[in-house]
Amino acid sequence: MMELLGRQEVWNITYDHALGETASWFYTRIRDEAAIYGRRCAKTGRVLVPPRSFSDETLLPTTEWVKVGPGGRIEAFTMVYERFNNLPEPPYAFGYVLLDGADTALGGYFKGIDLTNPHVAAEKLKIGTRVTTRFAADRKGEMLDFWFEIT
Amino acid sequence: MSTDRVGIIGIGQSEFRSRRDDASYPELVREGVALAMQDAGLDFDAIEAVVYSLSPDAMVGIGNAERLGVDAVGGRNKPFLRINNGGATGISAVAAAYYHVASSMFDVVLTAGADKIGECGDSQTVLNKIWDPSYERPLPLGTINMLAMSAVRYMQRYGMTEQDMARVTVKNRRQAALNPKAHLRKVVTIDEVMASRTISWPIKLLDCCPQSSGGAAMVLASERFIRDNHLDAVWITGVGHSAETYWMGDRMGNNPTAEHANAYALGRSFEKSYRMAGITDPARQVQVAELYAPFSNTEFHAIDAARLVAQPGESIARLRDGEFELGGRIPVNPSGGTLCTNAIAVTAMARVAEVALQVWGRAGAHQVMGARLGIASGNGGDHQIFGTMVIEA
Repeated sequence: MMELLGRQEVWNITYDHALGETASWFYTRIRDEAAIYGRRCAKTGRVLVPPRSFSDETLLPTTEWVKVGPGGRIEAFTMVYERFNNLPEPPYAFGYVLLDGADTALGGYFKGIDLTNPHVAAEKLKIGTRVTTRFAADRKGEMLDFWFEIT
Repeated sequence: MSTDRVGIIGIGQSEFRSRRDDASYPELVREGVALAMQDAGLDFDAIEAVVYSLSPDAMVGIGNAERLGVDAVGGRNKPFLRINNGGATGISAVAAAYYHVASSMFDVVLTAGADKIGECGDSQTVLNKIWDPSYERPLPLGTINMLAMSAVRYMQRYGMTEQDMARVTVKNRRQAALNPKAHLRKVVTIDEVMASRTISWPIKLLDCCPQSSGGAAMVLASERFIRDNHLDAVWITGVGHSAETYWMGDRMGNNPTAEHANAYALGRSFEKSYRMAGITDPARQVQVAELYAPFSNTEFHAIDAARLVAQPGESIARLRDGEFELGGRIPVNPSGGTLCTNAIAVTAMARVAEVALQVWGRAGAHQVMGARLGIASGNGGDHQIFGTMVIEA
């Protein structure tokens, strides 16, 4: 068997992404008001959260900002116990919540849940469970400024 | 639509393993190509165009790695087109090769690719980057977490349990043990799956596909060419693709069009393939299926979407009854499927290749006896871009 060699390569690229007008407005409200807003499609009335400047269904521009939450119900969740590079230290729980007044679900962490036993945690987080949105005291205007807790 | 059919005349698959330290990336591409060319009995001069199957560059760690692949596929001086549809890439590449021939622009087209996920070893970092930088990137999203959330919704709607998920792994591992090309070939028990560590609940380690390295290639040709050259072939009689929204949170909430528990656009894609192939009752007409399912739970919604059962969720009970095992009513993933081998760039091509081998009667120890009509699928994007095919002898 011949000796087979390898070499290591690292990709480490920094991007400065522009968020655009819609996401910028959404994040400044989170930062300044501790409030979450969606965008309404005038044709269907559906409120899209996170807000999008157009509806993928009607393909029309959305026309109105609508304040949603802070209450809502869990639509999906998972509890992560495996360590992945560049992701948080496990365990953690996150998923999607349909905020009151919204028609689509918003992603975020679930905090304040004991994750020692996944089956016990899964029962606490089951679909339909009511939650509320909590905001950090010091908000930067980003997704991690808020999370969900069971009410 | 052309009445001239499009046939598969050559199939090549390397062995799939975690690592292939004996071969560089283009050498691995060449391995699948050489096998397919040998199978077709043609030399490279007969190939008129090449469709290159390559999903995200970061998996192989080479920017636009198709450039390195040009030599490996004999692409010099020929039309060359890269296809990237994420996990669906392989079936989308075969579909693109099909369109080349069906358009009557070309008589013989090669599609090929390879992946070396084992060298990345960090596929969820790459797959986290598929989420949009404006909203969802700061969340710990990856394909495992995304499909764990599909599992949670499927459990709630249809009563799937963790044991049901484990049954999929047990079935597919048993089948992979018969397939010398498969990566994970060790037979496991329900207890072993249940005892494996939790990754993203309810998905445990043995509910997950491996990170595989390997290559695959196929040669497609027009019916006229096949007839004139007295070649043996199986036929692509149905081709479909369908996409749905990027936004996972739009697949839940109030009255979603595409429910995240299910594979809505996969179902739409199968409708198109079935219509084209004249299949009206898939549960009776389909004899073998290779359905893209990288996590055990996703095989259920794929079986539902292919309408191999009467209604969504019925796949759970039918799988428990053994209907989708080798020897059962409609064997699903007799090769062991994506759950046992996942070299992403060619995984969905392997689904087509395996069904083609089945209806050709060349599948070896995992042959479904007497199969003449089969289906294949591929899932890409964030569970949003789907390709399907019907293959007949």
